[in-house]
Amino acid sequence: MWYYEKKLQYPVKVSTCNPKLAKFLMEQYGGADGELAAALRYLNQRYTIPDKVIGLLNDIGTEEFAHLEMIAAMVYKLTKDATPEQLEAAGLGGHYVNHGKDLFYDNARGVPFTAAYIQAKGDPITDLYEDIAAEEKARATYQWLINISDDPFLNESLSFLREREVVHSQRFREAVEILKEERDKKKYF
Amino acid sequence: MPTFRKTYKPYVSPFDPCPPLRVKTYETPAQLYLGFQPENLKQFNLNDALKHGTLWPDLYTPYTNPFETKKS
Amino acid sequence: MDKQKPLPKSYYEQLEVIQSIDLALVELNLYMDTHPNDLNALKQFNSLTKQSLELKQKFEAQFGPLMHFGRSYSEYPWKWKEAPWPWQV
Repeated sequence: MWYYEKKLQYPVKVSTCNPKLAKFLMEQYGGADGELAAALRYLNQRYTIPDKVIGLLNDIGTEEFAHLEMIAAMVYKLTKDATPEQLEAAGLGGHYVNHGKDLFYDNARGVPFTAAYIQAKGDPITDLYEDIAAEEKARATYQWLINISDDPFLNESLSFLREREVVHSQRFREAVEILKEERDKKKYF
Repeated sequence: MPTFRKTYKPYVSPFDPCPPLRVKTYETPAQLYLGFQPENLKQFNLNDALKHGTLWPDLYTPYTNPFETKKS
Repeated sequence: MDKQKPLPKSYYEQLEVIQSIDLALVELNLYMDTHPNDLNALKQFNSLTKQSLELKQKFEAQFGPLMHFGRSYSEYPWKWKEAPWPWQV
């Protein structure tokens, strides 16, 4: 089971009411390479991956939910007091008509989340390569978000999240080495 | 220490409609170089670790907007 | 806690110290998932776990429980459900 802790993993601060940025950030909320997709991908794969690396998938999958909450906090703060006019000007008019001020698992272009974004191939190396690719794609998305955002506070949180993708990718690469390891031989390369 | 940003010069046509960016960049972060992480790597102090998003300087790969550095 | 009153500076300061210890714990945890025999990392993990628990108890005495389902003690009346929530602060 899981426990909730009433804190964010890293502080989320935003400088201005900027619903346009919120729309862009939704790529990491309900997008193909977003935090929801990441969490669901790893936690689903953990059931059948070899025992040696279940813990890693379990723990990275769990951390992804903390990242999803950070993205949600950003979207919430950026849209909290925006008027319908401001939302419409930011390209969120359709979102407002459908969901009001609620968040929704859409990507930056308003396409709803689908399980088809994630993979489970049942082959451990294939799954881990998918996971490494997912981390690199999320890292790239954070780069483009940092490039397009002019909010210095928000960019601090985005840089934190980007660095976490680097660390996760490192760990998944190590997991591949652990599974490659010949019996009774050292894994270090 | 490897460099985490590489540059290349794409072909520029006289018929390119936008003013050409003569040098383009892409990122090559730390996880491409570290290999299986060795034990006892140097650590950030805990406050800096939070700011950097990792406990280990060897995994820290800063990122800045490459379009901004070109402007300045 | 009065919902409309802004939280004191010490809330943010103490929370950030907890966040920095907890990030180190996440980092060491993921690291040991692929390096289970690193004794130094393990010792650091156990010592930070203790520090984190102590700081959280101090924080909870001032600002209410950080966890639910029996992972934190509660004063009367039930404090867990009180705002602000993490995305509101």
